[in-house]
Amino acid sequence: MNHTLKNHLCKLSVGTVVVGKWHHHAYKIIKLLGNGANGAVYLAESKRGLVAIKVSDSNTTILSEVNVLKRFSKVQGVALGPSLLDVDDWFDPSVNRLIPFYVMEYIRGEEFFTFIKKRGKEWIIILMLQLLSSLEKLHKEGWVFGDLKPENLLVAGMPPTIRLLDVGGTTLQGRAIKEFTEFYDRGYWGLGSRKADPAYDLFAVAMIMIHACYPRKFERKENARQQLSEMIQADATLRKYHKVLMKAIDGTYKQAIEMKRDLVAALHHNDLLKKESQPPLRKTRNQRKMQRKAKKRGGIVETAVIVATLLFAYVLYLYGQVL
Amino acid sequence: MRKGTLRQILLITDGCSNHGEDPIAMAALAKEQGITVNVIGVLDQDTIDENGLREIEGIAMAGGGVSQVVYAKQLSQTVQMVTRKAMTQTLQGVVNKELKQILGSNASLEDLPPEKRGEVMEVVDELGETVELEVLILIDTSGSMKTKLPTVKEALFDLSLSLNARIGDNQFSVFVFPGKHGNTEKVLDWTPNLESLSSVFPKLTSGGLTPTGPALREAVAFYFEKKRSLRGLISGDESYFEESSM
Repeated sequence: MNHTLKNHLCKLSVGTVVVGKWHHHAYKIIKLLGNGANGAVYLAESKRGLVAIKVSDSNTTILSEVNVLKRFSKVQGVALGPSLLDVDDWFDPSVNRLIPFYVMEYIRGEEFFTFIKKRGKEWIIILMLQLLSSLEKLHKEGWVFGDLKPENLLVAGMPPTIRLLDVGGTTLQGRAIKEFTEFYDRGYWGLGSRKADPAYDLFAVAMIMIHACYPRKFERKENARQQLSEMIQADATLRKYHKVLMKAIDGTYKQAIEMKRDLVAALHHNDLLKKESQPPLRKTRNQRKMQRKAKKRGGIVETAVIVATLLFAYVLYLYGQVL
Repeated sequence: MRKGTLRQILLITDGCSNHGEDPIAMAALAKEQGITVNVIGVLDQDTIDENGLREIEGIAMAGGGVSQVVYAKQLSQTVQMVTRKAMTQTLQGVVNKELKQILGSNASLEDLPPEKRGEVMEVVDELGETVELEVLILIDTSGSMKTKLPTVKEALFDLSLSLNARIGDNQFSVFVFPGKHGNTEKVLDWTPNLESLSSVFPKLTSGGLTPTGPALREAVAFYFEKKRSLRGLISGDESYFEESSM
């Protein structure tokens, strides 16, 4: 029974009108945006414009996600997830059943990996820093996102900003993670528990960065930690963040903000090294020389200004004399 | 309510039974005694046959549980998902029953306006996190299942990793069928941790018969025995959640 209903919900035809039993709002299905084990999300047209609508065969799924989305909306001033617009039941005549659904803001954007492919790898670090800021806020509210993966990250707007989608895995801290994806789960890699703490999300952030540089998915080996460490070292983009990523993988960071701070430091550290490929001691002397040069240049400008002023005064004087 | 225990049998198999009682009847028997039966069908490269599929769905339905058919590779993720799903389902049944007592005999969650359901769901979530859980794992080791056993073991480690992240306590026990000297064989007695499984698993040999029905019956009997011995010990009735229709 469940199986066929699930299939049915993934295949609602274009033009189907979903009408709520309680609030009587109507939503016309435009296209399927995505589906998973717990339901399907469609793009739909409503009086308010375009919206995203999630239908599921399970009341439980809809209710717990709605609960999370409601909490999200209470975190003021930040867009952690899509905002919740409506919750209702729809009587679907073709299966003769009430289908629970909720409606949320439709975020027009690109999937994280698609965006990176189009715009370049330099965006990885920027988007990850944004993500860490969002996670920091979420963690402060006592939650952990849980099912953090590229498919749940959308890059939207101008300037490009990362948004979190699919709150099905969002869990109160201290509880067992509700939903996860093996590849981004520290439990799968044998590197920690599935108890929700901020470090759980930070592990996933590290895995997303690794996956962004190794587009082909790989499987864990005997010594997973070493395997990941070697992969980070072997990649030109990741190498400079090796220390930070390993700390995230080991669960050393207790807050997203700590990881963000270290990533920023690693990013700039690298810029300095790039400019001068000489050893550090030489570098400081070089810098001093440059400073001196700058000072000299400043002196010349000063002199020029004084000379110009004097000349101008002289010209004025001559002019006055002629008159 | 908080003191209750959820009881589940998790059956992992790859096909049809061919010996003894009808497993669907035995699953119904389990349900009568407050034990939920979940079934995971493990696929080879190709698809499972129609009869096997029907039996898997039938057992789960009769046992008030959840069924899922997957490739061996996805087993880890599925085992924990199915277990969690069945827990929520049972707990929601319990909460629905309470609601009926409060709101009247015909009321269910769907009769509440969506705005009011949220709180009910929070109760279900909370219970799912704190309730005590007992899972008897029943593994088919006949025929082609043999090659999948290492994957099954990995999936069970993963299950204990997931469930032990909860606040509530867990108890696991593992049976295989057919056994060396009968329908089933106990390979692990009640324990909170499945890590100890590693030593017993490699010794398994697999035979030709697939006595799914008798194995289920014996699993239910094992639960019954546990309950009785506990009752003798503490001379009080141990409460547990009974599956109720939603």
